[in-house]
Amino acid sequence: MNIAVCLKQVPDTSEVRINPKTNTLMREGIPSIINPYDVHALEEALTIRDRLGGRVTVLTMGPPQATDSLRKAISYGADHAILLTDRAFAGSDTLATSYILAGALGRLMDREPLDLIFCGKQAIDGDTAQVGPGIASRLGWPLLTYVTKIDGIDPTNQVFQVQRKIEVGREVVRCRLPALVTVVKEINEIRYAPLPDLIRAAHYPVEVWTNADLGLDASQLGLKGSPTWVNKISTPPMREKGEVLAGSDVAPAETARILADKLIPHIVVPNR
Amino acid sequence: MTAKKKKSPKAPPSAFTEKTVPPITDNPERSDTKAHEQIPLESIEAPKNLPAHGIWVYIEQLQGEVAPVSWELMGVGRQLADKLNCPLSGVLLGHDIQPLTELAFQYGADTLYAIDDPMLKPYTNECHSIALVQLCQAHHPEILLIGATTTGRDLSGSVATALRTGLTADCTQLDVDVDNRKLLQTRPAFGGNILATILCRDRWPQMATVRPRVFSKPEKQPERSGAVVWSDLGLDPSKTVMEVVERILDERTEGYLDEADIIVAGGRGLGSKDNFKLVEKLAQAIGGMIGASRPAVESGWAPYSHQVGQTGLTVRPKLYIAAGISGAIQHLVGMQNSDVIVAINKDPDAPIFRVATYGIVGDAATLLPAITQELGARMHGAPLGTERQL
Ligand SMILES: Cc1cc2nc3c(=O)[nH]c(=O)nc-3n(C[C@H](O)[C@H](O)[C@H](O)COP(=O)(O)OP(=O)(O)OC[C@H]3O[C@@H](n4cnc5c(N)ncnc54)[C@H](O)[C@@H]3O)c2cc1C
Ligand SMILES: Nc1ncnc2c1ncn2[C@@H]1O[C@H](COP(=O)(O)O)[C@@H](O)[C@H]1O
Repeated sequence: MNIAVCLKQVPDTSEVRINPKTNTLMREGIPSIINPYDVHALEEALTIRDRLGGRVTVLTMGPPQATDSLRKAISYGADHAILLTDRAFAGSDTLATSYILAGALGRLMDREPLDLIFCGKQAIDGDTAQVGPGIASRLGWPLLTYVTKIDGIDPTNQVFQVQRKIEVGREVVRCRLPALVTVVKEINEIRYAPLPDLIRAAHYPVEVWTNADLGLDASQLGLKGSPTWVNKISTPPMREKGEVLAGSDVAPAETARILADKLIPHIVVPNR
Repeated sequence: MTAKKKKSPKAPPSAFTEKTVPPITDNPERSDTKAHEQIPLESIEAPKNLPAHGIWVYIEQLQGEVAPVSWELMGVGRQLADKLNCPLSGVLLGHDIQPLTELAFQYGADTLYAIDDPMLKPYTNECHSIALVQLCQAHHPEILLIGATTTGRDLSGSVATALRTGLTADCTQLDVDVDNRKLLQTRPAFGGNILATILCRDRWPQMATVRPRVFSKPEKQPERSGAVVWSDLGLDPSKTVMEVVERILDERTEGYLDEADIIVAGGRGLGSKDNFKLVEKLAQAIGGMIGASRPAVESGWAPYSHQVGQTGLTVRPKLYIAAGISGAIQHLVGMQNSDVIVAINKDPDAPIFRVATYGIVGDAATLLPAITQELGARMHGAPLGTERQL
């Protein structure tokens, strides 16, 4: 089983702060992490490889600093890492990003066949959940999103079976291989490598591909290739200031009475 | 009580036929045969820039029940269509869907595009995305709105890519620039701290997904009707690449939180699981459901399915009571559209008071029982939550 994992380096959004005066992101000192869902995607790929053999290749599109995330993935046990970086890629929306990643995966498949591609459910910096479906659509591969469990893989007959989350429960889907899968956190527990291979990771020759290597259509890359654009940034509107009913100096029973006067019309269906 | 768990007496016990397929076990023998026939979306020609017209709403249905978000979108779609002076249409895909068609008109559609095919019976990304792409290519909608449910997001990403158009996920406001016929798609970014308005240039349809309960459901107009445009799917069933083997629906003894009219929510300020029970008691007394902030869920006081906020549900009840919740932006984005908000917090500067209709500064542990008693004693009619949907 050869598996590719698309992972994205993202700012740790729990640390993101907005400058209230300028309405801009305060980026200074915000640590970068591997998108949390992608760590689960990698874990699942490593588990399958350990069981069935094969290679796990991690890919990321991003600035040169994204190499840090790839090295981390190598330390967890990935076999190979590829960085996609080019000025022409900057400013890509999800349509352009999926074009670039699908192009790179196609290029990788010229070298070795792939059976599975894993993505995270969504990236926490944009929460779009569009890149995985986009790659599958571009490759013409079957797509399984929100996967919670991989029940079985049969490489001989080129089929596998997964459980996926749906709004009102879950479903079991059997699907042809190769396929693209996006995973949720419930799919596995991250078991950190007992001895993360830090030395191998530090010296690992991460492969770097630019568009000279991929030969993609320049009009479909970056800002030019992105139909969506941010037109305006604003702060969320606040509701009208409400009414303070009672302070801490009023007895609870009295406060309850005042509140009940206000709420009864909202919560009782009038007797008709 | 929700419509979803009701079983219609007409339909067979499970409208979904389970296939008896043996489970697949890992078979490590590698085979190099790569023969697989897929239906590559790539082979479908990207749309030309033909004059596009009309707003479309994807009507999501599962086993004959329509996801409420579809009607919420029909409501906002109606407003946009009136501004743009263009028709509003529904898109309905499935099998045996005839009984649902009239609902689309009653909720505001002028036209309905529909495909009825056994291959569309259980939702699969493969067949539903091809069906929707085919309809878009045949009729050129200008705007396509889809609910941001798991199914809607699965579908929209595939369809937008196949059509080579832009897609904005999880919008919380929609408007149109009438002169340029642009959809103004506003969504929270960076954890809800800012709102970004996103436009799509030179591609159609302009696509957006919207979370459930961001917009309210329009009134049903039983007298409205319209024309259904039926199309054929024309796919070869022997060439499908995926198959739904089984569907396991959640056992729900109560309704869905995002459809509740009254929610009583508790946060870390309650201090203990025992105190959280005070929230449950009040909810029970006034026919509401319980909600919780993330810390309350993480402490095990309430299940995750009751978490409100960015990483939980968006709710829009008639009444939202927040006890011991500070009102972090990640919580506010999930509940600030509630009609009436009551906040109980001992800190007068807590941000929750900025969205509260009625604010009470005080100790929730003593106020909740007093409020439960007072409201319980004074309610004469039926509490709102008890007779819904019946
Ligand atoms: C990426 C991300 C996603 C998140 N998603 C969510 C989400 O979906 N939902 C969510 O809720 N949070 C979410 N959070 C967490 C969010 O930022 C807040 O930490 C959380 O909402 C705070 O919960 P709280 O109000 O219960 O607790 P706290 O912030 O600790 O507030 C407790 C409040 O209770 C008050 N209090 C204390 N004692 C009493 C008393 N006796 N009586 C009355 N009041 C009292 C205090 O004054 C305080 O205001 C997310 C955070 C991140 C970074
Ligand atoms: N720049 C990128 N490089 C590699 N993978 C990406 C990139 N952007 C998105 N992905 C993958 O696509 C998934 C969904 O991302 P998104 O559509 O941005 O929410 C992520 O979890 C990643 O697996």
